[in-house]
Amino acid sequence: MKYYISEINKDGTIAVDDTILVKGVLCSAGSHIMDGFEPLFSAEAVERLEKAGYKLSGKTNVGEFGLDLMGEFSYYGAVSEGGKLAGAAAALVKKGEAKAALNVDLNGSPRRAAALGGVDFIKPTYGTVSRYGVIPAACSGEQIGVTAASAEAAAEVLGVIAGHDDKDGTSLPQASYEYKTDEGVKGKKIAVISELFDAASDEVKKTVEAYAEGLKAEGAEVKTISLEEAKAAQLAWTVLSAAESCNNFSRYDGVKFGYRTPDYKNIDDLYVNTRTEGLNFLTKATVLYGSNVLSKGRYFDCYDKALRIRRLVSEKMAEIFKEFDAVLVPACGEASYEEYDIKEAFEKTYKEALFTAIPSITGIPAMATGGVQLMAAAFGESTLLSVAAAMERRG
Amino acid sequence: MKYEIVIGLETHVELSTNSKIFCSCGGHSSPIEPNDCVCPACAGMPGMLPVMNKRVVELAVQAGLLLNCEISKYTTFDKKSYYYPDLPAAYQTTQWFHPICKNGHVEVTTKDGTREIGIKQIHMEEDAGKLVHDEWTDTSMVDFNRTSVPLIEIVSHPDFRSADEVLTYLKNLKAMFRFAGISECEEGAMRCDVNISLRPEGTTELGVRTEMKNMSSLVSIERAIKYETARHMDALERNTEVLVQETRRWDDTKGRTFSMRNKETAADYRYFPDPNLMPIVIDDEWLGEIRDNLPASIEEKTAEYKDYGFGDKEIEMLISERGLCAILDAVVDGGISPKSAAAWILTECAGILRKNGELVGSLSIEPSKLVTIIKMVEEGKINRGGGKKVLAAVLEKDVDPVQFCKDNSLDAQADEGAVAAVVADVIKNNQNAVNDFLGGKQKAFQALFGGCMKELKGNGDPQVIRSLLEKELEKLK
Ligand SMILES: [Zn+2]
Repeated sequence: MKYYISEINKDGTIAVDDTILVKGVLCSAGSHIMDGFEPLFSAEAVERLEKAGYKLSGKTNVGEFGLDLMGEFSYYGAVSEGGKLAGAAAALVKKGEAKAALNVDLNGSPRRAAALGGVDFIKPTYGTVSRYGVIPAACSGEQIGVTAASAEAAAEVLGVIAGHDDKDGTSLPQASYEYKTDEGVKGKKIAVISELFDAASDEVKKTVEAYAEGLKAEGAEVKTISLEEAKAAQLAWTVLSAAESCNNFSRYDGVKFGYRTPDYKNIDDLYVNTRTEGLNFLTKATVLYGSNVLSKGRYFDCYDKALRIRRLVSEKMAEIFKEFDAVLVPACGEASYEEYDIKEAFEKTYKEALFTAIPSITGIPAMATGGVQLMAAAFGESTLLSVAAAMERRG
Repeated sequence: MKYEIVIGLETHVELSTNSKIFCSCGGHSSPIEPNDCVCPACAGMPGMLPVMNKRVVELAVQAGLLLNCEISKYTTFDKKSYYYPDLPAAYQTTQWFHPICKNGHVEVTTKDGTREIGIKQIHMEEDAGKLVHDEWTDTSMVDFNRTSVPLIEIVSHPDFRSADEVLTYLKNLKAMFRFAGISECEEGAMRCDVNISLRPEGTTELGVRTEMKNMSSLVSIERAIKYETARHMDALERNTEVLVQETRRWDDTKGRTFSMRNKETAADYRYFPDPNLMPIVIDDEWLGEIRDNLPASIEEKTAEYKDYGFGDKEIEMLISERGLCAILDAVVDGGISPKSAAAWILTECAGILRKNGELVGSLSIEPSKLVTIIKMVEEGKINRGGGKKVLAAVLEKDVDPVQFCKDNSLDAQADEGAVAAVVADVIKNNQNAVNDFLGGKQKAFQALFGGCMKELKGNGDPQVIRSLLEKELEKLK
């Protein structure tokens, strides 16, 4: 069982997902097709950490291109704890072997891993952390976030890596961000979205209810609301993320770097055999799905419609955040997951996207903490961190 | 039946920028080895993100203004997906949904008269790399130097009715873009996709169309259009073949086109908006700035030079190279009369360059230095011959003109002393001619004058020599 794909410093404290580039350290993105890929530069987030004096411990195992639930379909094998699936980074942080970890959240996998692994993960507002040096999949929604054992530790590391970067055209202009953990819970208005709550298992529901009770005890007001567009957000993000991933993964063709099939007679063979042998079933399903929604006859019915849904959901969420400070929902549908056949993976990740898609598609910040998920309006990270910190102090 | 030829063009033009469209790699122009001008971004490495080169937007807008287009206030980039080894990320960034310029038009004048060609749109995009086939090892190699070099694609309506119009249009574009500094339009920097079909004269429905891609030589384009016209005509009139909509390849050596049907699959490029490039908003203020920075057009310059009283030949020479116009304009701004400035550039400078086997178009001189030289001559500080000497030194070694005059004693007075001595010598040594002149033979003056010129090896100012010689001979009368 591999937690690290490559180790960097014996005394390092920050683990970095293997979908984030570190100069000179082989990068696999959990895929066979990346064999031997040695990056020529480090991700901006990594540079910032190193400049601030943090040392990297190593590159953590991830599912191929970060598409799966929490890393179960890495070319290097799944990570499990007590017979249940676990995220490599979340497990290392939980065991205290890493102080924090940087993870790419494109389909909720680090959020899910943290919620199930008993640690925190914060995905900040889209555009606050540079994506320079992230192996690209779903560019319009993926963000580097931080896994840590506490809200304070997450805030500290996030404060280091966030801020404008000229090398990323979608990076927001603000030079740096200050994240607070002491705003408290008292007087905060929290919404529970019924469409997400109702879809979870009873065990998960109990965790969310217990968290809500805790919030109330700390002086917050909790109210259940409905968001009709929740299902549309789930489908739209699947469409957008698959399309973008399909396009981004096309560069792995065996011509320039990474794995190349030994078996080819012409360029078409080289492409087809390299990709057939180098990519796993989930990636192939994503590529086919993404290719389909972009194809001539379907673009306007699928991709373009998904873009419209993105705007609609953003508007609805903005309305919710006029009245509420944060949203409380499950981070995933089940309280634990066991290993399963990869042929079910596309369907399974689609199903789980109901819980995680809203922040991915709208760019708002989200946090997995205490086994649940919190969301806030854009730049509402301090609200999330403060709520999480107050609840952690409560124990 | 009489047929009408219907042609539409998609013209790709490389823009003159210092760096590529989404990274800081230098432009294409410097002669370099394959893959010298490549970085992780333009090599399609994962983790690099595109950063828009603002200059590309400005040049594309200027091209649109020259072709009378509407400039979009809101313009976006899209990804076009296809697999080819010269396309490192397996997508080309282009503009599909919201191109930067739309609905323009341009006039072409041929022997058949002047007609308007509609411009459907202009969009920005990145170029692909190049495949080089090595015959010795029978392998293909990829050169990414050209990858991500900025292009604009100018899409015309199918408004051309002859090869002549197509060639005139392309020549006009070339001259226009070169003159405005939008593109150097060097060999291969302007490439065309030619769509051609025939229809009975007087009808409006388009016939079966064939496309020839990636043509850069005007001669080939003309030959290919003529060949295709004949082939279509044969098919329509004599049923030599059934025309199909297809892409055909022009073979320059064989002088004919070939079907590429087998290689063409029904391509689906799966365009979608590039999430890594934010939409570009061109507000009135920026558009105004870009418009103000657009140099005068060829027509405007021609009119200006006509007002100066320049002849057609002079204007043609100047307009052929925007650098020449820039020098002339700066010299005029420096206080020299346009006629004098043009004479110095087109006669004196051109003469010196020609001696070195160069054309006047390659002239490179600091205008202020040329102004200094012309002023020294016009104010009589040095004579014209001296002026030419200084000019030659400036062109060859970029010397300081005033210092050069001092160092080489070119000032007019020193010159007059030297001339006086020569005149005295010539009179002394040619007594026969002097006597002839004094006897009334005017021709003898020319002989004496020629003698002085010969002695001075052409360096003396003819005016000065003439007047000194006249003065000395007067004394002898
Ligand atoms: Zn580059």
